[in-house]
Amino acid sequence: MSLKSPLGQVRGLGSAKEGVHHWWLQRVTALALIPLGLWFVISVIFMAGASHDDMVAWISSPFSAAIALLLIIATFWHAMLGVQVVIEDYVHNEGLKLASLLAIKGLLMLLGFACALSVIVLLVQG
Amino acid sequence: MTDQTDGPTRPLSPHLQIYRWQWTMALSIAHRASGVALVVGILLLVWWLVAAAAGPDAFASAQGFIGSFIGQILLFGWSVAFFFHLCNGIRHLIWDSGKMLELGPAQGSAMAVLVATGTLTILAWIIAYAVK
Repeated sequence: MSLKSPLGQVRGLGSAKEGVHHWWLQRVTALALIPLGLWFVISVIFMAGASHDDMVAWISSPFSAAIALLLIIATFWHAMLGVQVVIEDYVHNEGLKLASLLAIKGLLMLLGFACALSVIVLLVQG
Repeated sequence: MTDQTDGPTRPLSPHLQIYRWQWTMALSIAHRASGVALVVGILLLVWWLVAAAAGPDAFASAQGFIGSFIGQILLFGWSVAFFFHLCNGIRHLIWDSGKMLELGPAQGSAMAVLVATGTLTILAWIIAYAVK
């Protein structure tokens, strides 16, 4: 007989060990990325071939900077959740799976922070 | 006892070599493939943004590469992946709400996604070259 409560016995079990948290966040970030992604594509269309001054002027408006930061957070979060599923599906060796998850997520976090800091630098410059 | 030489000859499902090809399964794997492609392609856009923060010279070389023939091809591929993943992602969100899961709507929405992807991609590139 276990001294653990019924809830304590089942916590952390199940195939994903985390319930619907991953699934839900993937949907929330997906929903956020519909307007944010469209804003980005439209911006890129109009910034194609722009000068550095144009770029600074565009990002340094508080509205653009805020949207850009939200876009960066949603994009890299969604990307991390997405590649996690792909790795979990195809990499079956536990050690290799953990290593590739840490490597890819770490790399995406680095790129995401680099983007966010770039926006802040441009905001300060403008 | 079952004879081991006869046992494994029957087809197993899903068995990709003999599975009848369907649009719904093609779009399913294309959603994953386009997602991975978008992550790889994001490197180009990270470079573009970081270069802008680094200064005019770095930004000019990033703009130069993106404007080059190879850069435009990469950006075109990225835009196809973007619009496909966007449209098919909306289709997935509709499925998550429990709607359009029957075979007919699933196939119809697959066609709608392909048409929308093509239309949005062509439209985006026409506008991009028109405003230049």
